[in-house]
Amino acid sequence: MPKTLFDKIWDKHVVKTIPNGPSVIYIDKHFIHEVTSPQAFKGLENRGQPVFRPQNVVATADHNVPTVNQHLPIKDELSRNQVNKLIENCKNHHIELYGLGHPFQGIVHVIGPELGITQPGMTIVCGDSHTSTHGAFGSIAFGIGTSEVEMVFASQCVLQSKPKQMRININGNLNTGVVSKDIILFIIAKISASGATGYFVEYAGDAVRALSMEARMTICNMSIEMGARGGMIAPDEVTYDYMKGRLFAPSHEQWDLKMKEWKELYSEKDAHFDIEININAAEIEPMITYGTNPGLGIAIGASIPQTDSIPDEGEKRNIIKALEYMGLQSGKQLLGMPVQFIFIGSCTNSRIEDLRLVASIVRGKRKSDNVEVMIVPGSQQVAKQVVEEGLDKIFEAAGFEIRQPGCSACLGMNEDKIPAGAYCISTSNRNFEGRQGAGARTLLASPLTAAASALTGVITDVRDLK
Amino acid sequence: MKAFTVLDTTFVPLSIENVDTDQIIPARFLKATTRDGFGKNLFRDWRYFNNDEAQPKPEFVLNQPQYKGEILVAGKNFGCGSSREHAAWSILDYGFRAVVSSFFADIFKNNALNNGVLPVQVSEAFLQEIFREGSDSKLSINLKEQKITINRTGASENFDINDYKKTCMLNGYDDIDFLLSIKKDIESYEHAAQHS
Ligand code: SF4
Repeated sequence: MPKTLFDKIWDKHVVKTIPNGPSVIYIDKHFIHEVTSPQAFKGLENRGQPVFRPQNVVATADHNVPTVNQHLPIKDELSRNQVNKLIENCKNHHIELYGLGHPFQGIVHVIGPELGITQPGMTIVCGDSHTSTHGAFGSIAFGIGTSEVEMVFASQCVLQSKPKQMRININGNLNTGVVSKDIILFIIAKISASGATGYFVEYAGDAVRALSMEARMTICNMSIEMGARGGMIAPDEVTYDYMKGRLFAPSHEQWDLKMKEWKELYSEKDAHFDIEININAAEIEPMITYGTNPGLGIAIGASIPQTDSIPDEGEKRNIIKALEYMGLQSGKQLLGMPVQFIFIGSCTNSRIEDLRLVASIVRGKRKSDNVEVMIVPGSQQVAKQVVEEGLDKIFEAAGFEIRQPGCSACLGMNEDKIPAGAYCISTSNRNFEGRQGAGARTLLASPLTAAASALTGVITDVRDLK
Repeated sequence: MKAFTVLDTTFVPLSIENVDTDQIIPARFLKATTRDGFGKNLFRDWRYFNNDEAQPKPEFVLNQPQYKGEILVAGKNFGCGSSREHAAWSILDYGFRAVVSSFFADIFKNNALNNGVLPVQVSEAFLQEIFREGSDSKLSINLKEQKITINRTGASENFDINDYKKTCMLNGYDDIDFLLSIKKDIESYEHAAQHS
């Protein structure tokens, strides 16, 4: 039977299948961070077990770290304890840690790829739902809970039932002003925040092939926002060019050997997908969300849906509740509405290409006095490159506040929060109630839309900028 | 993990759809390094005004004393969003042993099962039937028979769970015990993979 990309990698990693139950899947790379690992280490120790394959685990501190004065001890006691616990656990269990102060520290889904740790054909897990990001390299990558983190520590395996498979084909040319964030927001709006639950998604089509590696990561990153277990893209020359020469990528003969394997990583003709969805890239406009789940998005120039015309009662109630939280009205346009904050960062859009996009819009200009703009590079390496390319000068001149790498206002865990009632255009991936701080109102959009709106202080279509 | 066989209790209705794990337990409560004590922060921002336990929001169901029991019944797509297992811990710590919904997000479902909280997926019609019941109505969940019943009317529905997870839940075993028991297989897999 012809195999999908997913089947090929899955089959190769099955250690054992339990009759009428899940399969035991071997994990090649396990990323960990400070928030979802301490209880797993504790559980392991209670069982008197060592970490089975510490060399397959990589750690960083990202979710709960301050994004200013990272050289000083962390002020918040609980946060400090949690980060120290990670240091202690990694030391005791011989795990490589790129913690605060390390030149490789950063958001886990930014550093894996940039260090060449993430590679095609791998199985990758992390106690974080956006692990799907790594699927952009043609790997099976998915988020797990803390009990599963403990399983991987103990055995380098997880128990998984084979998911159903979906392919989303995106063909045609993108409109100007449309970037990969808009593609994924468009898809989620189309199939809803639960539309891919139970599925693993492969993204294909010439519009996907035309994207850079970083743009592909943005798409795979948000797969979880439609409920998918993960998302993936078959590797190609773009993938190999990106990886070549990266620190932990294979080199010399190893590279040639790996290339032979990687070239086999594609879905065969006539391979079976449970669902296929076709999307015409030309239909996609710059997107923005108006509600409290990532599926509630519209083209930036469109109006918020009329709640009266929604047939499904449950859906209607949800949207009414979301609009109430957001302080928005059904049927109204978002364009021109004042916002108070702009957050550029997160594992979705904090890589160098994202920041170059922002710089291309704001170069030589200044932000509106009515907004505060926070820009948070995804890793120390991205932060360094920002300086090397002189982007920091552009951002400073524009009145943006550049912070140090971390998850920051994406999840409102540390002091980087948006105040209650304020509107924030955010390049992150979740607009849930309170996600960026209790009462904060998040509008998800692309780095281009965030940059354009930073200049005007109101929700702006980048194509309308003078 | 505590074994799960039958549960027969009143329930707490939360007729909201797409309840994400940021609502179940907001990120600012994720700084702990143990699994305990999350129940008091369950649905924190829906439960209290200004994050203040002295100011409960009267309309929120957990603040309505007539609703209690070990079963939480929620609208579809429960547990979406972040993979934080803290969501399952806070539900368990609050005193729930089962969550009933017409649809669960994947990661939450796994996390719940790994902590002895049974996710019971029912049809949308059956879910609405439960929501129409009063606060003294009881549900019974029988894991062995994979059946949930509204005691008052006798209406019932079967639910799915794979055999492996069912055995784990019935006996209170967890996956790690199992994985440790097959270490030999894992080592031979590694050996074969290196030489392929
Ligand atoms: S940036 Fe946000 S979504 Fe990404 S890993 Fe950090 S908290 Fe999670």
